[in-house]
Amino acid sequence: MFLRMIKGILFRQWKKMLMIAFTIALGASLASAMLSVMLDVGDKVNQELKTYGANITVIPKESSVLSELYEVEDSDKVGAYLKEDELGKIKTIFWAFNIVDFAPFVNADATLDDGTEVKVVGSWFDHHMELPTGEQLDAGVASMRSWWELKEGTWLDEQLLDDAENGAMIGKSLAQRLGVGSCDMIHLKGKNGECELKIVGVYDAGGEEDEQIYVLLDTAQALAGLDGSVDKIEVSALTTPDNELAEKAAKDPSSLTAAQYETWYCTAYASSICYQIQEVITDSVAAPVRQVADSEGAILEKTQLLMILITILSLIGAALGICNLVTASVMERSQEIGLMKAIGAQNSSVTLLLLTEIFITAVIGGTAGFFAGFGFAQIIGRTVFGSAISLKPMVVPIVAVLVVAVTLIGSIPAMRMLTRLRPTEVLHGR
Amino acid sequence: MSLLELKNVYKIYGDLHALDDVSLKVEKGEWVSIMGPSGSGKSTMMNIIGCMDKPSKGEVLLDGVDISKESKKNLTTIRRDKIGLIFQQFHLVNYLTALENVMLAQYYHSMPDEKEALEALERVGLADRAKHLPSQLSGGEQQRVCVARALINYPEIILADEPTGNLDEANEEIVVDLFHKLHTEGTTLIVVTHDPEVAEVAQRTLVLRSGKLSKEVVNENFTGKIHFDS
Repeated sequence: MFLRMIKGILFRQWKKMLMIAFTIALGASLASAMLSVMLDVGDKVNQELKTYGANITVIPKESSVLSELYEVEDSDKVGAYLKEDELGKIKTIFWAFNIVDFAPFVNADATLDDGTEVKVVGSWFDHHMELPTGEQLDAGVASMRSWWELKEGTWLDEQLLDDAENGAMIGKSLAQRLGVGSCDMIHLKGKNGECELKIVGVYDAGGEEDEQIYVLLDTAQALAGLDGSVDKIEVSALTTPDNELAEKAAKDPSSLTAAQYETWYCTAYASSICYQIQEVITDSVAAPVRQVADSEGAILEKTQLLMILITILSLIGAALGICNLVTASVMERSQEIGLMKAIGAQNSSVTLLLLTEIFITAVIGGTAGFFAGFGFAQIIGRTVFGSAISLKPMVVPIVAVLVVAVTLIGSIPAMRMLTRLRPTEVLHGR
Repeated sequence: MSLLELKNVYKIYGDLHALDDVSLKVEKGEWVSIMGPSGSGKSTMMNIIGCMDKPSKGEVLLDGVDISKESKKNLTTIRRDKIGLIFQQFHLVNYLTALENVMLAQYYHSMPDEKEALEALERVGLADRAKHLPSQLSGGEQQRVCVARALINYPEIILADEPTGNLDEANEEIVVDLFHKLHTEGTTLIVVTHDPEVAEVAQRTLVLRSGKLSKEVVNENFTGKIHFDS
């Protein structure tokens, strides 16, 4: 009989239940959309933040020790270098897929014809690499300095320009000071050689780089006499915000227990990625750029907090909606409920009947809402991050628990009303 | 021992005495009508006899048990086991068929039995309308379903509140005939009505006025059949 009653209300009074299902679907869709985005937003935000530069720098161990001991600001001057032929190994570490970009840097001091001393920085622009793993990678400052604003000309394209080795990009301030611009030629004389370069672009970096000249790595190496060596490597990696374990490991990985070490090593903390880079680059010290890493963590936390708040608000809204609709439904069905009580139904039986109806409706609405929410998540992913949001399995039980909780909480006032309802009040109009 | 006995029963709402020192007895198998104008306390009395309300003062003995002292939960159990209710507005569950409406009373009483519920509908002449929803039945048919629902659990008393209030003469006669049949089978009937023709069919008529029992008329020529004036 119980099932007949449930069937009766769901099939013969489906219009009444439809609005409740719709409200639950709305709440569930927002919850599942926000949760899907929230659980996937870490990688997405990290990826977005990678456009604002490197978060790990790799320097020679000797430079690191000296700069720590004597607080030497410019560690490039100590005469220690990294090996250029080891650069590809960075993409062979355990967290290779999290390394989204990297570029080597060589600094060379040069003099112009008029005697002006300038700082020349050699790097990759969009360097194409065949990795030992067979993977191919394009890396360099073109993507790692994406915030540079091009004032004149174009980026130095080392793959398209035949004479890229003779090209250079110059900072806005230096260009103004020297009175040069795009397509002008400059003659540089370095410690170990000289070259004639054509300015292909003028950039505005908004910092000290505006006083520098960027050239290809080979060109700078030739000027400085540092064939096959680099001063520094900047790495852009997707990282997990640090926690206590990561901080402890960053200070001294040997202080970790075997289990802790395994957890740390197999988690994409900036410190564990640094550690793994040090393992493949000879005599190197890799360190996270704290400001960037911390900002990423802070932005990620705030974004997730915002998502949680939106989820909570949407669920409160759904609970209020359910509360109103279920209360209205109980009021509308007060004569039916009064009759059931009059013919012998205890409060528990009637409550069970109504809760079952509501829960079946919640399951239908929740399921529809979950899929709709996942659709919303894709729209958010495509619109905001330009990529799809992956379905995290844990979203399903979380949304299920939330739907049940919200439905239950939303039904409490109606159930209280139901238990207080006296048959005499509704059957005789008193 | 009387099946039902009210001893100095009062029901007071603020200053209003809906029932004012009412005492009466109903014997097993008796057919009693309670008459009176609107606001005389008929429905209040029915609620108290039907275990849906408690008196403010006095005793209500049903089958020897003082129901005025019972808890709400126990009253529900007593009502379920001993009383069959018939309403003026029928109060059928609109998403259940006639058969399911009858089975609903079985469900809350003990165990639904489709065959028995169908027999109850047969007794009221509605076996062929068993699968119809209330909205597909006439007023008279709905009231007959209501009667079938009231008698399905073999109650000690059938309490009918204005059972013919919404019916035409033809259906009124059908319902009264059903009551007569139940009475001859030994069921105790208490019918609350303001219709003298329905009231006079009973063996005894109690008249309520302003919450007091003002008159008691015994029908010497009891036949159990309704006689219309016109």
